[in-house]
This record gives sequence, structure tokens and C-alpha cells, in this order.
Amino acid sequence: MASRTATKDIITLRGSAAIVSEFFGYAANSILYNRGVYPEESFGKVKKYGLPMLLTQDEGVKSFIANLTAQLSEWLETGKLQRVVLVIMSKATNEVLERWNFSIETDGEVVENGVSREKSDKEIMREIQAIMRQIASSITYLPCIDEPCVFDVLAYTDTDVAVPFTWIESDPKLIANPQMVKLHSFDTKIHKVDTLVSYKNDEWDED
Amino acid sequence: MDAGSLTSSNKYQSKCPDQRRTVRENLDRFIPNRSAMDFDYAHYMLTEGRKGKENPAASSPSKEAYRKQMAETLNINRTRILAFKNKPPTPVELIPQEFYSASIPQQSKASKPRRHIPQTSERTLDAPDLVDDYYLNLLDWGSSNVLAIALGGTVYLWDASDGSTSELVTLEDETGPVTSVSWAPDGRHIAIGLNNSDVQLWDSTANRLLRTLKGGHASRVGSLAWNNHVLTTGGMDGKIINNDVRVRSHIVETYRGHRQEVCGLKWSASGQQLASGGNDNLLHIWDRSSASSNSPTQWLHRMEDHTAAVKALAWCPFQGNLLASGGGGGDRCIKFWNTHTGACLNSVDTGSQVCALLWNKNERELLSSHGFTQNQLTLWKYPSMVKMAELTGHTSRVLFMAQSPDGCTVASAAGDETLRFWNVFGTPEVAAKPAPKAHPEPFAHLNRIR
Repeated sequence: MASRTATKDIITLRGSAAIVSEFFGYAANSILYNRGVYPEESFGKVKKYGLPMLLTQDEGVKSFIANLTAQLSEWLETGKLQRVVLVIMSKATNEVLERWNFSIETDGEVVENGVSREKSDKEIMREIQAIMRQIASSITYLPCIDEPCVFDVLAYTDTDVAVPFTWIESDPKLIANPQMVKLHSFDTKIHKVDTLVSYKNDEWDED
Repeated sequence: MDAGSLTSSNKYQSKCPDQRRTVRENLDRFIPNRSAMDFDYAHYMLTEGRKGKENPAASSPSKEAYRKQMAETLNINRTRILAFKNKPPTPVELIPQEFYSASIPQQSKASKPRRHIPQTSERTLDAPDLVDDYYLNLLDWGSSNVLAIALGGTVYLWDASDGSTSELVTLEDETGPVTSVSWAPDGRHIAIGLNNSDVQLWDSTANRLLRTLKGGHASRVGSLAWNNHVLTTGGMDGKIINNDVRVRSHIVETYRGHRQEVCGLKWSASGQQLASGGNDNLLHIWDRSSASSNSPTQWLHRMEDHTAAVKALAWCPFQGNLLASGGGGGDRCIKFWNTHTGACLNSVDTGSQVCALLWNKNERELLSSHGFTQNQLTLWKYPSMVKMAELTGHTSRVLFMAQSPDGCTVASAAGDETLRFWNVFGTPEVAAKPAPKAHPEPFAHLNRIR
């Protein structure tokens, strides 16, 4: 009995990368839904992380996110991904309105020596659940987005990463004088993901 | 903006008494044990900690945000930021666009999503006998939309509006070849610097030689720059002379500062400051107001940072005191200067000799032309200096670049004896619109030392 639980709680690099990249997929969907980037009708409900989650049904968005998570998972397995940023921009002016920033810290020892760590699935799920709840409740403090928006995803990688054929280098798309809110983080013991949302501050006045 | 500031910004993050980091052992003969000293903490207490006590508002969240943003900006140099080439589909609009245009006046009209930058030249012309000499300036595009190029001893005019070519003048062997051409601001008169140290002024419409400026230089005149009715000439003798072309004794001022050939010469848009670059690796800034004909004129600033000839010079069109300069084969750097203070703001190693620099008049972008190995034109985003495009096609170093009066097209002439036209700065339709209101740049609210 004891040995059974022990094997169950072991997490490998691959498993961790899968959890983290899957998290990004759901998080991106959730942000796109909650921030109204795509119309409400284009999302369908599924159950995940013990929560009702919304997933886009739009084929274009779906394949974009699928390609994204596939690539992220590859980078996560090599420990070369430092950060993923989902940027919401005004469609009209391309001005960056929100940046959803997921910083990733990778346990270098796991990548180098292929050792595994121990943490139960349940515990990780609970941490992710907390973040998802926060994303869903973010509409209460984030400024209203009252214009059509587009989104983009930036991946911050180590400089020695070869740029895949379908990717290009980008500028950071920063927001001037942003307001920042730190959300919960989760840790698979291999990848630690910190979530932070920064947004354009309208009330900010120059003194 | 180099390694020094990077490390200090990293340290900055740890300067908090709660997150004291153990100091790495750094021993020497005089202080054999530093274990009892925590420099980060000490520094924090001396500087930040005190500030916080005296003026609690100073360590406000906005300052923290600034620090974070700073760290993020600097981060560009250490990480790679990637994005998908294929962008996610834009959401289908349920509410018609007009509704938004009404609520957000102008903004949606001014939208300019991603400019397509053609990778190939729009047009290629032969330029036989173009002298492959880094130190000359043989290409200029005048305000009347006529491009002047010197091929050997002949100056040709190519009218960009109808594509017609005409010959302005062919010089005899003893005076030629032509070593520099420059249009006067009126787009009608053109100055031609010659190998025999003379400078000729021509009326391009009447095809007539107006006057010859003699006796200023001792050897060839490789660089020219106009400032209203003053024609500034730079010679192989290292002298820079201001010539008032209206008066009989035309030499108004002489700037002495270069020890070797002056190959780059540009007046700022305000006409107050002159930048000059030489084969002696020096870059000088001269101030018009402090110049006088009696005393030998002193430079305002002397920059010795380049390690090869400074030929490529470009004044920023949207920031009056910002100058970009490029170094030759041994230097390969593009440097940015505040010409008021003489401070170097940034330096980027391009990996290849910098032959010419041009700013985009409509966007915050800089175009540089290079030699070995790629012979490319590189478009940079300013100030991030992210490469936006590399335009290849020339098979030898791209010696000269000139920008059309509307600022959209760039002509480049290279050692491969071709003249190429690139639609790199956007289409004329886009430029014809009023430029979209620039987004406030990061830190715009902070006083900058520039």
C-alpha cells in the first residue's frame, strides 16, 4: 500500500512538462474567454482541475493553442523556457492592454541528470485550480476591455534555443506604467510557474 | 546598456534586507575574510533603506514597477523572445466597426498592423564604373525627387518621378573622378566634390556650372553637407570648411580636428550641430553658434569610441540631439549619442562594417548598410535594436544609401556596380496619412539624462 502511493506521487520531467503545457492551454482559453477576446458563444464547457473550464471551439484558435502547447512542452522538457506571456492588444491600434505573464523556473538538476521528484497530482491540481479561479475572478479588478482585441503569445527562451521554423523573434510588447497583480503560483517540483498579470493603467496621471 | 548595468540591475533585486543573500567568498591578500560583510545589505542600508525612511513615498509601488520593467527591458539581451509567425485568427466582430470608430475617434483609422517589408529590391539599375571606395559619398536623393549618382568622372541624374536618366556633367581626367555629390536643400542646385580638391556648384535644371570653390582643401573632397546657403566640405586633408556659396570669399569657417580623411559629414535638422566622422576613428560634434572665422574652432564633443573609420552618420528625425554613427570594418558597431552631453547611449555590434545609416522618417526604425560577409541592409527597431529585416541582394559592400523625399524608398549603391531601390520604410499611401500618434514610450514620465 505504501509503495503504491509512493510510485503514484513520483513526477518525471516529461510528466511535469505535460502538466505545465496543458496548464498553459487551459489558462490561455480561460483568459480569452474571461477577457472577451473571442465571443462567448465560441467556447464550450468541459470539466478540468475540478472546475468547469471553457475551451474554444473556433478551429483557428484551437489549432493555434494546440501548436503552442506542443512547442512549449518540447521546450519545457529541455528546461529552456523561461517565461510565457499572453499579450492582449487592441485590434485597432495594436496597443498592448494586458500581459499575462507566466514565469517558469526549472529545476536544472532534473533536466541534467534525469532524476525525478515527488509531489502528488492532487496537490498540483489544487494549486492550478487556485490560479484558474483567480483568472476567472480577474474581471473584477481588470479594466473593462471595450474594444475589439487580438492576442499573441510570446515565449522567452534561453538564447541558445534554435528558433523553430514557425516562430520568429519578437519585441517584448511591454506596457508603459503598468499596474501589476500577482496571482498564485504552482510548483510541480520540477517546474515552478509564477503568474502575474500587468495591465494598462488608465488612472495613472503624470505629476 | 552593457554588461555593467545588467549585473547591477540584478543585484538591485536582492537589495532587500529580508532576502539577504549570502555573499560569495571574494578574498584577497589584504582582506582575507569577508564573510562577516554583506555588501548587498550594507549597500541597501546606505542607499535604499535610508531613502525609504526619509521619504516613504519614494519606494512606492510605481518605483517597484519601474524596476521590474527595467529588468524586463534589459532582459532582451539575455533571452530570446519568440512568437508564432502565424497569428491567431482575429475575432469575428459582432458589432460593426462603425460603432467602434464612433466611440474611439480616429484611432481605428490610424491602425497600421504589421507592415510588410519586401525582402527583395523593387528595382535594380546598373551603375557601371561606380568607384568602390568606402571614403566617398557618391549618392544623394534631392528634395525634387531626383537621384544623383557619380560613376567615375560623370554625374548622372535619375528622375524618380518618371524614371528618366540624364547626364549632368563629365569631368576631365585631371579634375575627376567625382568624390562626392550633395543636393542643396532646394533640390535644384547640386554640389560636386572632386578628386583635385575643387568643389563645383551646378544648377541641375539649366545644366549649368555656377561656380567652382577652390583653394579650401589640399586634396580630394569626399564629403559634403548643406546647411541652408552654407556648404560644408570635408577633405582628405582632415579639414572641414564651411563655404558660404553666396559670397565671393566663400570660406567662412574651418574646423580642424581630424587628422585623416573626413568621410562622414551631416548637419542636424536644426542646423545647429554638425557631426563629422573621419578615417582617424574620430567622431566630432561641432556647434554652429560657437563657430567664428577669427579663431580656430573647437569641437563641442570628440568621441573616440569607434575603433575604425566613422563614415555612417544619421541624425534622428524625431529626437533632435540623437545621432547614430557606424564604424568601419574594424569596429562594426552602431553607436547612439546624445550630442548635447556627448554621452554614448547605446552600442550594438552588427558583425559587419557599417557603410551607411538612415532613419525611417515615419517610424522609430533605423536602416544600416553593410559589407562583408552578407552585404545586407538591416532594419532595426529603435530603441530596442531588434532586427526587423535583413535585405540581401547586393553582392559587394553596400557603400551608399539615400532616402527618397517622401521617406519611403531607399536607394543603395554597392561595390557590385548596381543601384537598388528598396521599399523598406513602407508604402507612400501609408506615409501620406498623418503618422499615428506615437504610443507613450516606456519611462516617458521620467526625466532622462540625455
